[in-house]
Amino acid sequence: MSARAKPAPVPTPETQPYFDAAAEGELKIQRCLDCGKPFFYPRPCCPFCASDALEWITTSGRGTLYSYTINHRPAPGFEQDAPYAIAVVQLSEGPRMMANIVGIENTPDNLVLDMDVEVTFEKRGDVTIPQFRPAGREAI
Amino acid sequence: MARGDVVIVGAAETDEVGVLPGHSTLRLHVEGARNAVSDAGLRMSDIDGIASVSAPGPIQVAHTLGIKPRWIDGTGVGGTSFLLHVRHAVAAIRAGHATTVLVTHGESGRSQVGSARGALPASSPNAQFEAPYGVLGPPTMFTIPLLRYMKKFGLTAEQLAYVPVAQRKWAARNPRARYREPITVEDVLNSRMISYPLHLLECCLVTDGGGALVITSADRAGDLPQPPVHILGTGETFESPLISQMEDFTTSAAFRRSSAEAFAEAGITHGDVDHLMIYDAFAHVPIYGLEDMGFVGRGEAGAFIAEGNTEPGGRLPLNTNGGGLSYTHTGMYGMFLIQESVRQLRGQAAAQVPGVEISVAQGNGGMFTAAGTLVLSNRTP
Repeated sequence: MSARAKPAPVPTPETQPYFDAAAEGELKIQRCLDCGKPFFYPRPCCPFCASDALEWITTSGRGTLYSYTINHRPAPGFEQDAPYAIAVVQLSEGPRMMANIVGIENTPDNLVLDMDVEVTFEKRGDVTIPQFRPAGREAI
Repeated sequence: MARGDVVIVGAAETDEVGVLPGHSTLRLHVEGARNAVSDAGLRMSDIDGIASVSAPGPIQVAHTLGIKPRWIDGTGVGGTSFLLHVRHAVAAIRAGHATTVLVTHGESGRSQVGSARGALPASSPNAQFEAPYGVLGPPTMFTIPLLRYMKKFGLTAEQLAYVPVAQRKWAARNPRARYREPITVEDVLNSRMISYPLHLLECCLVTDGGGALVITSADRAGDLPQPPVHILGTGETFESPLISQMEDFTTSAAFRRSSAEAFAEAGITHGDVDHLMIYDAFAHVPIYGLEDMGFVGRGEAGAFIAEGNTEPGGRLPLNTNGGGLSYTHTGMYGMFLIQESVRQLRGQAAAQVPGVEISVAQGNGGMFTAAGTLVLSNRTP
């Protein structure tokens, strides 16, 4: 057990539905009702047309590994994980988001760009955050 | 107003850069400011505009120096802020809001004396959507786009490792540079892994230091001791506060937009540029910069550097002070880009390039977040 806890997000009113969905095992992102485009991260208006007419959609939870770095100098709370990958996943719906890649040793050989990944979830204090694992693996 | 009608007449760094545990952040600002005003042949009472980054910020700096400004700029967008201050000062001087502007930088990046490391609020988008995944400062964020670039363009680890090798050749000629001993690609690849794929020698230094600039109109510069450096064109913009939200991981939209605007305003083409400074917090940033500014085609910069084009004797001298990788890097490095451009244009650089008439400085703020570009010349257009 690490001496320090990993950081837990502090939701704001406009991001609360994202974390509520994560607690229910769903990855939800926002979509603009005016221009129709989905986007990440959650925010009060559409980054493409500035509309505030937004809806939440449930994603497939699938994506590909877009890029990553493997950090050898752990952030507080990550001491037991180092070296660990900080990755960006491209969701099948289009937007990209940061995540760790769990369920596999984080080595350059194991983490191949464009490999299929799927969402899983991790509790951080009172909040649940999305994570990703190689697709088709047993839940950890 | 006319292109180049605002000029840099004073430019200086702190007496030393490197490890300065006896200097507070505020003292680094003050020492750079005093040196720059002296370099300009002016008195502090001649200054009527102040620009700096918090903390300590323009008000504390001006109050400490006894300046009573009628123009204040506290734009703080990371390490490129000082390039934006220069751009804003041009507009202010043309508008008559100030006649002589002082831009200061001081940062106790290594010793952390009197510094203010601003943590983002826990509810910011960065804290909610990136911090939970274990990012820890620039090495873990600036690095994230790089593997995508390497895959798309086939940039090799050896080409990437050559970037600090080339810059060390410039640093070897600069007595103020922190690291001057020659290094090889093998040395770089054998240095400690910091955040894959970047090794220690592909990451910038962390140092203490500062510097300042004095800017005024060209018609006031005639009686001053230093040859004026004309500000021909400027650009500024940002892309994303979150590295994960860069539009395309293989190119910086901020570099593209700020440089295109500066080149257009200056009315220059790439062939006109004699000397170039690109913010080099990490080895891949000059690669992005060379491509995004349009000096080479997409995917060509790694080979361009590895072929020797940017090192001493090459056709595009780049980061001639040794850069953030070998000279100094206080944290907000942009001030040192401008200082070296000014030295090269005055003919006063340690590693002087012969016949420099146009120098371009490309700044970065945050992790590919913000950008500023300056096109500078020792001649009027």
